[in-house]
Amino acid sequence: MMKLTRYVLYDILRNKIVLLYAAFLFLITAGLFQLEENSSKAILSLLTIVLTVLPLVSLIFTTIHYYNSYEFIELMLAQPLSRTRVLLSEYFGLVLSLLGAFWLGVGLPVLFYSPDAIGISLLITGSLLTLVFISMALFTSVHARDKAKGIGLALLLWFYFSLIYDGILLMLLFALSDYPMEKLTLLLSALNPIDLARIVIMLKMDVSALMGYTGAIYKNFFGNAYGTIFTLGVLILWAAFPLGLAKRKFLKKDM
Amino acid sequence: MIVIENLYKRFGKLEVLKGINMQFNAGEVVSLIGPNGSGKTTLIKAILGLIKPDKGVITVNGATVNGSPAYRASIGYMPQIGRYPDNMKVGQLLTMIREIRNTSNQDTQLEEEFNMDLLCEKPLGTLSGGTKQKVNAALAFLFNPPVLILDEPTAGLDPLATEILKAKIAQEKKKNKLIIVTSHVLSDLQELTTHVAYMQEGRLIFKKDLPTLQRETGEEKLGLAIAQIMRQQKNTQG
Repeated sequence: MMKLTRYVLYDILRNKIVLLYAAFLFLITAGLFQLEENSSKAILSLLTIVLTVLPLVSLIFTTIHYYNSYEFIELMLAQPLSRTRVLLSEYFGLVLSLLGAFWLGVGLPVLFYSPDAIGISLLITGSLLTLVFISMALFTSVHARDKAKGIGLALLLWFYFSLIYDGILLMLLFALSDYPMEKLTLLLSALNPIDLARIVIMLKMDVSALMGYTGAIYKNFFGNAYGTIFTLGVLILWAAFPLGLAKRKFLKKDM
Repeated sequence: MIVIENLYKRFGKLEVLKGINMQFNAGEVVSLIGPNGSGKTTLIKAILGLIKPDKGVITVNGATVNGSPAYRASIGYMPQIGRYPDNMKVGQLLTMIREIRNTSNQDTQLEEEFNMDLLCEKPLGTLSGGTKQKVNAALAFLFNPPVLILDEPTAGLDPLATEILKAKIAQEKKKNKLIIVTSHVLSDLQELTTHVAYMQEGRLIFKKDLPTLQRETGEEKLGLAIAQIMRQQKNTQG
């Protein structure tokens, strides 16, 4: 497995986009810490960027990489290699490169300026989000034969999880404001990995008071160790489930 | 060596393979020919497990395709157009395939005759179509496989490289290997072919050895013999 992954990784690193991405993250992160006196404020700004840029880059990069490697994947499959192994090699190659960029760009400055619980949880949730969106993009790319359609689907996923979902959630909460919604909101936020990541970090930062009554419920639930394990577990599920579906489709796919 | 039974495949509404029954044996050099869209490449891809048939069974050396990928160790495949990661170097590709195959039984003759060592440091993205074709050929023959599947091998190769490849095929033929070649340029490979398999619209029209074919059509040249058959096909249909 690692043999193939090594070559996938090498190919990705050679095209410099990942390095550019790491540099971009590094500039923004270091810049924010320089500008803000209060490191917790800097983390808050950083959070917005991480939650927007990270999913977008992971989705688009994975999709384009998959379509560009299509013939190469075909060549691998003509060798005595199983389809699962080929797909997972691609997956791990992408994971290692994008995670590496994230840790170089965001990890280093955060560990330098703000090596506390908030910083660490930002890095952990950021890493998990990277995994989640690589899995999702792999799933849509394996399904859509056409490159334009694949990229369109990836963008749609991003719009859905970063904009549309929140809109729907807000509308739902507004329409049903006469009913007790605590449990439901808790459940609904688990259906969006970006929301989940945001909540975890917000709670660690003690700005949950700004979130009112719901914030208190979240705090009550997510604030304890059990809540943290639950959130991380759900994020891991969000990464594993699309990957499993992608694998299932890939095994049956006509190349 | 390769047995195909009752193979069906459809892509959406288009039925590409309509019940193919065929057998390939060791020592044969089979020219798989037919008009564009007759299902040649689909058939080859089915043998390689790249395409999952709707119905039917393929066995390679007794191993059923669609089980373990191990059977592909006995197949060398030269695809029609090889596209590789643009940033990977030729040398790395060769090393990688060597690591995957992990066998000491190597045949580097083509690699040497095509002067791959001069290309080693070049990224694959900068190679011309013909040069990529040379890389493809070198890879297909590299592991001395008992089965060779060459999809349009001479398309894009210069005359010198074509001659090198032809000499190599002739040499492998003597080693009692099975070599399947799809090609529309018939004259290129005429002197090597022992059998002709003719496909049309997803069906195998016939698979015959060369002497039989020449006797039946009364044509000495393979190209003329095939043209004769295509005309007959048209007449019977029209």
